Amino acid sequence: MVKITVDGKVLEVDESKNLLEEVLSQGEDLPYFCWHPSMGSVGSCRQCAVIEYANDEDECGRLNMACMTSPREGARYSIEKASKFRAQAIESIMINHPHDCPVCEEGGECHLQDMTVMSGHNYRRYDGKKKTHTNQYLGPFIGHEMNRCITCYRCVRFYKDYAGGTDFGPQASHDNTYFGRWQEGPLESEFSGNLAEVCPTGVFTDKPFSKHYVRKWDLQTAPSVCTGCSVGCNTNPGERYGTLRRVVNRFNDEVNGYFLCDRGRFGTGYVNGDERITVSMTRTAHDVAPHLASTDEARAQLQAMAANGIGIGSPRASLEANFALKELVGAENFYAGISANELAMSKQILDIYRSRPVNIASIKDIEASDAVLILGEDVTNTAARLALALRQSVRNLGKKMARDMKFPEWQDAAIRQLTMDRKSPLYILSAHATRLDDIAARVEIGTAADSARLGFAIAHEIDSSAPAVHDLNADEKAQVTTIANALKEAGQPLIISGTGAMSQALIAAAANIATALNDGDKKANLALVSAEANSMGLALLMENSSNSLDDAIASKAKAAIVLENDLYRRAPGSSVDSFIGSLDQLAVLESLKTRTGEQANLVLAAGTFAETSGTFVNYEVRAQHYYSVFKPVEAIRPSTFWLSDKKLSELTQSCADSISGGEGIASLTPGAGFSFSGMKVPRQQHRYSGRTAMRANINVHEPKQEQDEEGILTYSMEGVSALKDATVFNTAWAGGWNSNQSVFKFQTHTGGALKQAGHGHCLVQSTATEKSWSDLVETEKPDGDFEVFPLYHLFGSEELTAKTDAIKEKATSAYIAINQADAGKLGLQASDGVSVEHNGAVPYIIRSSIAPGTVGVPVGLQGLNFRDLPAAIALAKAADWTSPSEWQAGNIIVSDKAPVNVENGGEA
Amino acid sequence: MLKIFLHQLNIIWSQIVSLWLVFLHLFHESDTVEYPDVKPHMFPRWRGRIILTRDPDGEERCVACNLCAVACPVDCIALQKTEDEDGRWYPEFFRINFSRCIMCGFCEEACPTHAIQLTPDFEMAEYVRQDMVWEKEHMLIDGTGKYHDYNFYKVAGKAIGGKGKGEALDELPPTDRRSLMP
Repeated sequence: MVKITVDGKVLEVDESKNLLEEVLSQGEDLPYFCWHPSMGSVGSCRQCAVIEYANDEDECGRLNMACMTSPREGARYSIEKASKFRAQAIESIMINHPHDCPVCEEGGECHLQDMTVMSGHNYRRYDGKKKTHTNQYLGPFIGHEMNRCITCYRCVRFYKDYAGGTDFGPQASHDNTYFGRWQEGPLESEFSGNLAEVCPTGVFTDKPFSKHYVRKWDLQTAPSVCTGCSVGCNTNPGERYGTLRRVVNRFNDEVNGYFLCDRGRFGTGYVNGDERITVSMTRTAHDVAPHLASTDEARAQLQAMAANGIGIGSPRASLEANFALKELVGAENFYAGISANELAMSKQILDIYRSRPVNIASIKDIEASDAVLILGEDVTNTAARLALALRQSVRNLGKKMARDMKFPEWQDAAIRQLTMDRKSPLYILSAHATRLDDIAARVEIGTAADSARLGFAIAHEIDSSAPAVHDLNADEKAQVTTIANALKEAGQPLIISGTGAMSQALIAAAANIATALNDGDKKANLALVSAEANSMGLALLMENSSNSLDDAIASKAKAAIVLENDLYRRAPGSSVDSFIGSLDQLAVLESLKTRTGEQANLVLAAGTFAETSGTFVNYEVRAQHYYSVFKPVEAIRPSTFWLSDKKLSELTQSCADSISGGEGIASLTPGAGFSFSGMKVPRQQHRYSGRTAMRANINVHEPKQEQDEEGILTYSMEGVSALKDATVFNTAWAGGWNSNQSVFKFQTHTGGALKQAGHGHCLVQSTATEKSWSDLVETEKPDGDFEVFPLYHLFGSEELTAKTDAIKEKATSAYIAINQADAGKLGLQASDGVSVEHNGAVPYIIRSSIAPGTVGVPVGLQGLNFRDLPAAIALAKAADWTSPSEWQAGNIIVSDKAPVNVENGGEA
Repeated sequence: MLKIFLHQLNIIWSQIVSLWLVFLHLFHESDTVEYPDVKPHMFPRWRGRIILTRDPDGEERCVACNLCAVACPVDCIALQKTEDEDGRWYPEFFRINFSRCIMCGFCEEACPTHAIQLTPDFEMAEYVRQDMVWEKEHMLIDGTGKYHDYNFYKVAGKAIGGKGKGEALDELPPTDRRSLMP
């Protein structure tokens, strides 16, 4: 820490950070555009100018950009004295800025508006003509309005430098500078949505949001957690007039930081979709027409069914809802709504986290790792935010080089120049090429069994007490040695695997490697990705039971209650058919229409994440609370309401009591009795408009404000904002800082933890010190022509988000992926389909990375149930083939290094 | 006694004078305006009934920017943005609850397109309060209101049907992004 003087004020600041960051941390207002806490400084916008004085006698000083300045001990700076320069700089930036604010989606949360006001540039003096640019179509997610650009280069620095995108960049020069794709078309990066938040003005805007746009101040928001995958990114969804309008990032320094993936940001439209169940229906038999059920009637019927029925839980329902169902039907009648293998994997992960001397890696840990091994998990598609973190981890070599040369880490452009294309090592063992291959030191293609075998060998190579693998060939031995050495040399090695490959051996191998890397004082990072938002929560509830969906199907129960789960996505269709057929009574609690729900006797309208509160447990067993954003129509109720008489807070407390190590769950919220000076936290901002007119068309007499029984947030604008009380962080807003850039006002230190400390609570801390090993599992090669491995799609593989219009535009229907040679053997021509054993015919694509004799089958896409397929299948050319209309080969973005020949009209 | 008598006389006298003066008024010009048969003159800047106007081309001026709604101190304006096939923004619905409106005119001041305007019409009383909730179709007039020439989209950079990039006021034609010339 050094002492500096800014405008006469003595500040104590960190000299390893830049002056801008430090000045902001101290609560001063200093305009900026190009600097971003996650992306460092490049000094291109000239907005954060300050005067730096050479010594105490110096009265003139010199102009410096604060973001490119390291604070010097005892130095004197002035923000005030450089204000004229900043006003002039912004005036020149604004020369070509169009008169668009009223019709711009950024208006009201525009960093450019804020900074212009802050710098004091009020009136346009320039009367020349404005430069204009044409726009591009950039896909269903992002709108483009190039006229508004101020050339701060943030978009490129995020899209290319930070997120590794290749199809977007700066073009031309001077006033002609243009940011776009080389030709019109959808942005390929899975993180393109962040452009809308990174861009300080309205060049890149949220397109689905624009379709039903309202200003930021009119959105009713609440802290929420993304349900798209097991990462549990913190989000801030906004509602207006009873529909969910958009999702933006909610900062959490240990989980998602400043960024979200496109599935999480754009995949929530289903909440307003046509497929919502908005009323509860009941019928006496399968072949009788259903009729409306009142709330009391529906609850009474459910209670009656629970008396002698079983309950089937869900990895996408909250911890409380699963717990309530478990309590309702009794622990012995409660079944996890996932296959036996998946349940075993979740429990295996819990066991590994508890019993191995490893560090459970948060995203912050992943970003800090300097050698990475990914075992069979396609993280870009199963836990996308991790992929973004991994792209930062390979930059740690550059940061180390910078440290050695004694220049600061925030010098972004300089470090990139220094590093060139040198990277920290990242190794991938996978059944196919993944989107991270471009940053990988080496990619080893093999089935999950092959990867697991190599993994065990690596563990043995690092620590010889780990189980050994015999009969490795020379190539494999060399591989193993290289990877083992790289991991051993690293200061903070990271092993990533997960349930994606559906292989317990693979997870065991990952655990062994991480264990082997423990040398007493260094703990290796281990991240084991689970399948869904609350997979680990479900596993926590199943600790004393091994009841999986397979057991439920075999249970011969006569009545079943299914909680937010479509069984047809979890088990072979035929066995679900016979299970439902054998039931007398089936109750389904669901928010969207599903095939399971269609066959139910009783369907209860359940709320989505936006309409309910609860707890999700992410891949690192971090419990996080999400709050309901708005109250849905009367008939839609939270699953917890249908299943239990208890209040949510009581259910949360019971969960905390019943789960071993779950004490932290109860302290995730300030509690129902919370108040600050007699006030709660408002969901609406202080500028919320139209309150006396929005319902006036129905009745001019305004109804009483909606009440929230949980009693922490209110459905109103009355209350105390997060700026005053650091309890619940809702929307980022501070005086003069209307955009999301204001988040630094809520952080203990710019870019650091929130004052609210709303990290969630990690329920498992690995305290083990003794090494223990998983035994080597030799998997038999399955019988059949083609060995099946799962392929995941960020857009389409997840059940709920796939029902959102914008996601549908980026998704495709089912297909299979095979090797060129295999396609030749099957005699496939470009426009042929492939008939898949146990399934109908589907289109195919050729991927050069796929090993001969294996076939990639997508999970969750329409037209193929992965669970119907055995471990190996036969393929044949389909007769009389026409592609289904949902087949959009162009949406499949692969990164096989060798040129890929995607047939059937696709390109990649 | 005399004092009381004089006092009484004074009262009678003043009543006679009053009657006389009232009588004289019969021959004066009347000050009473025969409202509603005769309408008073209202000045153009009087803040009365709120209207939505059209631009000189006859298109809706309101771009649903929400500034009127946020400026409204009683929160009596609610609207929703939508977009037509030409890319013009306009309100899907635009509702003012006049039973809450205090005729402050902040909405007009906030309006960046001169769409919302207050007019000298003050006759807004209703027997049923629900009738004081006005929708866009009740407020949208066919003319430009008080401001005749302003056409927001001629000034804005956003392209709409019939006006491409670079065709607004004081704009250069779109740049060529493949050019390396400065």
